[in-house]
Amino acid sequence: MFKHIVSGTRHIGHQVIEGAWRLGVATRFFFLVLLKSGTSLRRFNLIIRELYFTGVLSLIIIIVSGLFVGMVLGLQGYETLQKYGSESAVGTLVALSLVRELGPVVSALLFASRAGSAITAEIGLMKATEQLAAMGMMAVDPIARVVAPRFWAGVISMPFLAAIFSVMGVFGGYLVTVVFIGVDEGAYWSQMQSAVDFRFDIVNGFIKSCFFGIAVTAIAVFEGYDAPPTAEGVSGATTRTVVTSSLVILGLDFILTAFMFRGVS
Amino acid sequence: MASDNLIEIKNLNFSYDTRAILKGIDMTMRRGQVVAIMGGSGSGKTTLLRLIGGALQPSSGYAKFAGQVIHQLNRDALFKLRRKMGMLFQFGALFTDLSVFDNVAFQMREHTNLPEAMIRDLVLMKLHAVGLRGAHHLMPNELSGGMARRVALARSIALDPMLIMYDEPFTGLDPISLSVIGNLIRRLTDALGMTSIVVTHDVQESLKIVDYVYFIADGVIAAEGTPQQVRDSIAPFVHQFVHGEEDGPVPFHYPARQYRKDLNLEETVV
Amino acid sequence: MQRVTMDLWVGIFVIMGIAALMILSLKVGNLNVYNPSQSYVVSGNFENIGGLKVRAPVKSAGVVVGRVTDIQFSMETYDALVTLSLDSRFQFPKDTFASILTSGLLGEQYIGLAAGGDGAMLKHGDKIMKTNSAMVLEELIGRFLFNKAAEDDSL
Repeated sequence: MFKHIVSGTRHIGHQVIEGAWRLGVATRFFFLVLLKSGTSLRRFNLIIRELYFTGVLSLIIIIVSGLFVGMVLGLQGYETLQKYGSESAVGTLVALSLVRELGPVVSALLFASRAGSAITAEIGLMKATEQLAAMGMMAVDPIARVVAPRFWAGVISMPFLAAIFSVMGVFGGYLVTVVFIGVDEGAYWSQMQSAVDFRFDIVNGFIKSCFFGIAVTAIAVFEGYDAPPTAEGVSGATTRTVVTSSLVILGLDFILTAFMFRGVS
Repeated sequence: MASDNLIEIKNLNFSYDTRAILKGIDMTMRRGQVVAIMGGSGSGKTTLLRLIGGALQPSSGYAKFAGQVIHQLNRDALFKLRRKMGMLFQFGALFTDLSVFDNVAFQMREHTNLPEAMIRDLVLMKLHAVGLRGAHHLMPNELSGGMARRVALARSIALDPMLIMYDEPFTGLDPISLSVIGNLIRRLTDALGMTSIVVTHDVQESLKIVDYVYFIADGVIAAEGTPQQVRDSIAPFVHQFVHGEEDGPVPFHYPARQYRKDLNLEETVV
Repeated sequence: MQRVTMDLWVGIFVIMGIAALMILSLKVGNLNVYNPSQSYVVSGNFENIGGLKVRAPVKSAGVVVGRVTDIQFSMETYDALVTLSLDSRFQFPKDTFASILTSGLLGEQYIGLAAGGDGAMLKHGDKIMKTNSAMVLEELIGRFLFNKAAEDDSL
């Protein structure tokens, strides 16, 4: 029994040290990527190619999910609000939920599983097939040439995707409540406009999505670059990217929300 | 650069943590030579290539490239040095997201400011040298193993290096592709006046094309000589390796207890 | 993938992203009604602000003309010092009346401005002298009961 406790404690301690060590390595890698970003920012066509893979290819899932999330919000919001006779406030509910929380968070979660996992798998496979080593032997730094463009493409795409998600959601809510149920169109927009503040809601939502973009892509490129060069190494890294990013997104969202909306309404 | 030796390795030691991989290696390779490094799997051949490429730091001793001690160079100097080296990885390591043409053009675009028209001509010349000029528009996943390795060879000679290192260039190839690659290594080395280091365990193929052979076993040079000397060698290790005998100085069995003991046969015998 | 097609798609993506941000700002967030960059700040003391919060709208005749930017307790007068940021397109006379109102029965509280007749206009940093506190439900009921009792006595 005592032996089990000892080994259990040792296991936990080992995990904690391992985690702290990995965090240190990841942070160092993150700064290395920033340091070597100069070349890729100067050669912007490298980033454009990655923008296609991270941004454009995520568009469909973002648009469709945004539309459905907005439609569900509209439907549920209407059901609840009409009990109090204030169904005209449904626009406010849809817009505030999307702009403040659901837009940045859900699109970041989708982005992590769509683009983040792809980035990890691609970099991991390039490492496993010695493409990164070959690049290094050709005197081209793989962090500057392969990792940095993917990182910046992710950071750029994320706020755009979140904004598109929110707009599609607002449109989905409009579709359900105004077009199908018959809430007054003027009330939908005007209530929304009087309640949503540019500085506090839209800018804060935008800042959130920027943070999420940095977090998700940093995790994705690190896991890919750090993956053991084997088939199960890459698949494990891909899973870790999705799990870790999802947790980081939700944790970061809480922290950012606490900072941004503290003392306000 | 008075000396004719491109690579000089003196008393080179390397260990991962406490496990010694290379113990006191001495080698010299002259310009224009094709040198083979042979040895069993896990004998430290690839480690040696990585040390010459500057990807690893030796524990003691040194490797010199054209008079420069490789591990003492800083990053920029090392990267400058690497432009004079080419390396052919085991399975080619072509960039899977670039076409054959772009793979070969990669280094020219990264390291030179040549106009695109000139790059095109150069790339087609390099591809022509390996017989794949017609395949320049294909993607790496459309190539066979042998073709991929020829493209990788064209890529590694893109900037006319002084040295090319081949890591297991013959692995997994059919006999035709195998002799094609072997002859290409010899022909390109002679035509471009460079030096080639071939790490391999394909004895018969490499003995046909190389000038000098080093055998590495357990981190030390077990034998060396010209192909003729190697073929005639009566040293038991070399003999076993060259003729591919199952048992010899390199035993078939992993060290173990006595067979009879392991099967608990001792008692019944007694 | 052809280079040109890829560039085109990335271009479309960026345009969509920027358009989405514009729609959020203008259509959802209604940026054009209230632009904080062109505004002036005035303040006023209120005896009781009730449930008024920072960012609550400032309305005149029902039109949003500004926002509450700060609420502080004043130690000199023991009441609330409320700072308002008003759109500079809307100018109000010096004797404008500011009262804390409620939209609907249970709605949010806002500040309503009723213009006075003074010739001079409010300038940046000015103080609104005429203020009217929020209605607090308990006080309202208390006053109502008190009046009722007085009426009953007089009968």
